[in-house]
Amino acid sequence: MSASMDSKLIPDAATHAGGAGWTALLRHPLVRPLAALALLLLIDFLLVPGFFRLEIKDGHLYGALIDIVNRAAPLMLAALGMTLVIATRGVDISVGAVVAISGAVAAILIGGKMVVVNGVPEYVSNVPMVWALAAAMGAALLCGAWNGVLVAGLGLQPIIATLILMVAGRGLAQLLTDGQIVTVYYKPFFFLGGGYLFGLPFSLYIAVGMFLLLALLMKKTALGLFIESVGINPVASRLAGIRTAALIFFVYMFCSACAGLAGLMIASNIKSADANNAGLLLELDAILAVTLGGTSLAGGKFSLVGSVIGALIIQTLTYTIYSLGVPPEVNMVVKSIVVFLVCLSQSPQFRRMLRMSKS
Amino acid sequence: MMLVSSLRRASHAPWFTSMVTVVLLVIMLLAGAAGYDGFLSPQVMLNLLIDNAFLLVVAIGMSFVILSGGIDLSVGSVLALTTMVAAFLLQHWHWPPLLVMVTVLLMGAGFGAAMGAMIHYFKLQAFIVTLAGMFLARGLCYLISIDSITIDDPFFTAMSQTRIEFAGLFISPSVVIALIVLAVAIWMAHGTRFGRAVYAIGGSESSAMLMGLPVARTKVLVYAFSGFCASVGGLLFSFYMLSGYGLHAQGVELDAIAAVVIGGTLLTGGYGYVAGTLTGVLILGVIQTLIAFDGSLSSWWTKIFIGALLFVFCVAQRIISLGALRGKPAGSAKAAPVGASAGFSKLS
Repeated sequence: MSASMDSKLIPDAATHAGGAGWTALLRHPLVRPLAALALLLLIDFLLVPGFFRLEIKDGHLYGALIDIVNRAAPLMLAALGMTLVIATRGVDISVGAVVAISGAVAAILIGGKMVVVNGVPEYVSNVPMVWALAAAMGAALLCGAWNGVLVAGLGLQPIIATLILMVAGRGLAQLLTDGQIVTVYYKPFFFLGGGYLFGLPFSLYIAVGMFLLLALLMKKTALGLFIESVGINPVASRLAGIRTAALIFFVYMFCSACAGLAGLMIASNIKSADANNAGLLLELDAILAVTLGGTSLAGGKFSLVGSVIGALIIQTLTYTIYSLGVPPEVNMVVKSIVVFLVCLSQSPQFRRMLRMSKS
Repeated sequence: MMLVSSLRRASHAPWFTSMVTVVLLVIMLLAGAAGYDGFLSPQVMLNLLIDNAFLLVVAIGMSFVILSGGIDLSVGSVLALTTMVAAFLLQHWHWPPLLVMVTVLLMGAGFGAAMGAMIHYFKLQAFIVTLAGMFLARGLCYLISIDSITIDDPFFTAMSQTRIEFAGLFISPSVVIALIVLAVAIWMAHGTRFGRAVYAIGGSESSAMLMGLPVARTKVLVYAFSGFCASVGGLLFSFYMLSGYGLHAQGVELDAIAAVVIGGTLLTGGYGYVAGTLTGVLILGVIQTLIAFDGSLSSWWTKIFIGALLFVFCVAQRIISLGALRGKPAGSAKAAPVGASAGFSKLS
């Protein structure tokens, strides 16, 4: 009797557990972004010949995938910073301006003078590159501190507080570069955004390094928990003893630091600083990447992996559109439709409406 | 002492922030007059209106959105889309100008209404919906054409070149249209049920709902009106530029928000005057004129000045609203940081 019950119970339990496992897996927040990315890659596989081909030229890996990852690196950085800001119910729309500022500072300080050494013309930087990079990051951190003070100190709405820097920041960057595109001739600087290490783009290492650092900080310390709790209920978090203002300040500093790093990468990749166009609309792409990754714009729970996947989705989408020969301007229409769909899928009201129309 | 206390009392009055803007405008005009010959000539002042007529109309629509506690980031793109659609219909399909204008105005209003419906019915954030709307409208421009389309329709050219002269001065028909829109908007804000509902929703949406106000209809209408104004702005812009182009009016949404904020409307909604927006637009115009008169300052100073002004006004608004909190009795001064942290949750 008992044996038969056992034999009856066990497979039952097993199928049940298996079913629960599957639905749990399907409900996992990362499933949707991963499915979107897989779908895009499938389209590329079917329509773009040789999409997955990787070649080794001059000791580096070449191919469409490497290209996508390399170009997505600045966006990944910006999206990581933006994730934390959005998790605290904030938003930072000054990311593009910070990119322009940090790129401008680095380009001006490095510049490049031609010096003839032993009869060989060589370019040297105006100030040691380390100082130039430090200054650029310092400028970015200053921007972050400014945003942080306005949001955490004065309690301005984040979109407005960062709007100020978004408007004025690009003006400041243009002021620094005198409205010109500053070209950099100093070779070592190009490594940051265009160099290769062990066959992979160096920019990828920076982005992955930043991701790992952040993931470690969030998992191993209480920081992630605090950020989530501030996003879910700022007042309760403050009453529970979390230093809300300091945390929000930190988050904006971090976001600007990420943007500054992205700015250095972009300036290094295009070998110049373009105060007008560097990082233009990057903030929107970063917000889009965060939303695509499943982080709710209402704050609270966030997913760093999701944001990285979101950044990859956006870059793959751009690549696909370019390689299919569709005019690149269509990209904006596609992106906007994606945002609408993602937002609607996050809206409980919309889901209820769908369910009602089904039944 | 009398002055201080009366100033303090004045700072609580609803018109205070708008008055500050007017005072600032006068100071800037006087500074300009002191620094540059011919700055205060009447025609220079009218040119302010001529050059910024489209911005005024766009900012009026934005005022309603901000008064209702929302934000509309799509106005610049809708403006560009209007110029593009109008140019396309006129030049390629040869529609009569009147039909073209009606079509684009309906398109703008419909675009806004659709966004408003998404914001209200699906409880999406205004910021992200209008952001997507901004992408969509800009992208649609490029779907029509990636090049600029020149308009040579006789009616549009006439609107562009007509000068309404009086007493040796002149304005363009666009200024007249913008001022009519302003007058209608002021009446809508202060003389109609719709306007009162907008203020009530901006003050507190749930209270407005409990009071039985038509929250859904009003919110959708607010965004529809903003889209309509953006389209009117687009028509004025195409009278001004005589072309349709996807790159027209980039960043105009920021100028419009800046004008509304500088005009004394509180970004949290429910507080401010549509008339203040006129002052805000004029201040932005005066900054540009000052830089043009100076000649030695480059165009990017405009951005830096606007940023600085935005900063000053946002901080001033914040201090005033904190002051209002302190004005209330029983420990609400200590609650200011709570207000501070709650304040940022409103919009984004």
